[in-house]
Amino acid sequence: MLLEVRDLHVEFHTREGVAKAVNGVNYSVAEGETLAVLGESGSGKSVTAQAIMGILDMPPGKIAGGEILFKDQDLLKLKPEERRRIRGQEMAMIFQDALSSLNPVLTVGQQLGEMFVVHRGMSRKDAKAKSVELMDRVRIPAAKERVNQYPHQFSGGMRQRIMIAMAMALEPSLIIADEPTTALDVTVQAQVMDLLAELQREYNMGLILITHDLGVVADVADKIAVMYAGRIVETAPVHEIYKAPAHPYTKGLLRSIPRLDQKGRELYAIKGLPPNLTRIPPGCAFNPRCPIARDVCRTDVPPLYEVDAGRRSACHFWKETLDAR
Amino acid sequence: MHADRDGRDTGGSGGGSTLLSEAREDAVAPYAEGDPILQVRGLAKHYPLTQGILFKRQIGAVRAVDGVDFDLHAGETLGIVGESGCGKSTVAKMLVHLERPTAGSIRYKGEDISRLSGRALKAVRRNIQMVFQDPYTSLNPRMTVGDIIGEPYEIHPEVAPKGSRRQKVQDLLDVVGLNPEYINRYPHQFSGGQRQRIGIARGLALNPEIIVADEPVSALDVSVQAQVVNLLDRLQAEFSLSFVFIAHDLSIVRHISDRVGVMYLGRIVEIGSDAEIYDHPTHPYTQALLSAVPVPDPSAREHRERIILHGDVPSPANIPSGCRFRTRCWKAQERCELEVPLLAVPAVFRSADTPARHDSACHFAEEKRVVPPEGEREGPSPDAPGRGGPAVEDLPGPGEPRAGRLPEEDGTPSQQEDGTP
Repeated sequence: MLLEVRDLHVEFHTREGVAKAVNGVNYSVAEGETLAVLGESGSGKSVTAQAIMGILDMPPGKIAGGEILFKDQDLLKLKPEERRRIRGQEMAMIFQDALSSLNPVLTVGQQLGEMFVVHRGMSRKDAKAKSVELMDRVRIPAAKERVNQYPHQFSGGMRQRIMIAMAMALEPSLIIADEPTTALDVTVQAQVMDLLAELQREYNMGLILITHDLGVVADVADKIAVMYAGRIVETAPVHEIYKAPAHPYTKGLLRSIPRLDQKGRELYAIKGLPPNLTRIPPGCAFNPRCPIARDVCRTDVPPLYEVDAGRRSACHFWKETLDAR
Repeated sequence: MHADRDGRDTGGSGGGSTLLSEAREDAVAPYAEGDPILQVRGLAKHYPLTQGILFKRQIGAVRAVDGVDFDLHAGETLGIVGESGCGKSTVAKMLVHLERPTAGSIRYKGEDISRLSGRALKAVRRNIQMVFQDPYTSLNPRMTVGDIIGEPYEIHPEVAPKGSRRQKVQDLLDVVGLNPEYINRYPHQFSGGQRQRIGIARGLALNPEIIVADEPVSALDVSVQAQVVNLLDRLQAEFSLSFVFIAHDLSIVRHISDRVGVMYLGRIVEIGSDAEIYDHPTHPYTQALLSAVPVPDPSAREHRERIILHGDVPSPANIPSGCRFRTRCWKAQERCELEVPLLAVPAVFRSADTPARHDSACHFAEEKRVVPPEGEREGPSPDAPGRGGPAVEDLPGPGEPRAGRLPEEDGTPSQQEDGTP
């Protein structure tokens, strides 16, 4: 296994108390595999990714437990210098907002080349040639001329391509993409997603795709982990989760999105709001919003029940949910 | 709330009725029942590009909106979709008079409101209200919810006498599904979805006839989006509002709209009923846009043809000649470079009796179905019982485009946010 997250806990110490952002997350990614982590804001999906990358702000953040095994070594036990070497070379991240992730006063060539200068000890001139090559590979037209331009001279889609190029530069074995297409228009979104999937196949990388958009996930992921209030509530191969969700939250999400090919009727809406992370309800965190919650849901935290091979659901009544479609 | 509306219609709206009688004299055609409530013709907004500091010279213009025509009928929802930079938000701002059009007219009940000012403008504005995109920046953080929703009454005191305002605000909170006791709270005490409800309540305060909503749900989480979309749907029926609903999310627009206009680079390229646009698109841009939308169903993937457009939208400061879509169009020919296609029923469909017979600005318009009909997909969708039945319903027979939306009882529970921050 390329990456394995085991029972990860992350807390934030705030004025209002301890916010438990991640409460025992387990997931794994193999080489060449795409795992989609799905969740709403505050579900802990990005915090988990930041913990894996080692870019969590600490304090106020704190990893309160668990292990992150990358190629069989626990990243949490490494020294900062060792982690820095892994970051960029072995794993890289693509952020949502390319404009604020790029330095506005350096040309894109300088920023891409920096990877080669720092990690590979190349000369500036060689690094620039490499940058042009990378920009070609992510299909930025006229790469030779554009390598000397600044981020603001590129469109949103092109900037996201530069982010992808930067992540790909040292051919890492794992890429974490945090909402890579959320800020883009639909027609550009499709281009960028296709590019990412193609590069992943070419280099046989592991890809963690973090998103809130069930539609984007359907086209590219192999398996899905759905997060709610810092926990994984359901994991499944991509085809099955859409056909037959085994957790009421997943089911509610799928029903609440309007679809292009279906018209009209009132939308199903999950009642209520996601919980405040400093006061997660006892028992199943979803119980106040769940249509089938019973007494046991208010007292016992549901474990991840095995539904099928490769399928798990953290619902006491997963069988009922699965059957009652 | 019903009483309010009736009250206004009979005696309460002194300002409104005098305005109408004044306007009628110079209006081209008097407004008759059944006419579109809003008629937009040749609407344009150009922002000048200047050079020099002391002696500014105009060196060009950003043609954000460049000739938009549409009608809005009473009680109808018109969806406007397009990518960023297509001018959809600028259209919204002109409709509520936050921007003055460079050219064109906006006729509200037959009267051109685009050149109004002063008292006449104020009276018209009361009937056209706006809901903004970002519920975090469109509410003043230093005002209480009561002050925010009640502020329109300061400007239009005739709508609610001073003593009754607090009660009215509480009624409005109730209407949008918030606890009326929250009247003294501040915006930061509410979640995103609740803030958007506050924004909607403010839009409703003056009992407008038209609400212009600019991306009202795109800043919200998926599970909260559905709550707000349902609220808008309900309010429309309850107060017989006309909506102009602007969004980039094609699925939500289809859900809420009776008619849909697709914008590209400052123009509407195709407009028609929702079935005409989604099931029988004839403009290549609409087809590409629809095919690019991710559908949350992996088994749908095999049934869909993806049209991936190359390149980016050209700059509105430098619009291509002829058809503005030709630089990204796979069908473009010489004619597209020379001749601007008009928004009209394409010649090939003019005599045909099909849903493809709707306005489309393309020289080579051709019907192409990119969204597969429900029945064609294998594997039940997660909500199969509710949706399975009317699978054929989305395939309107020739000559019967589905007008209007029929609320259907399919047992789908509708639930509201509980209103606790």
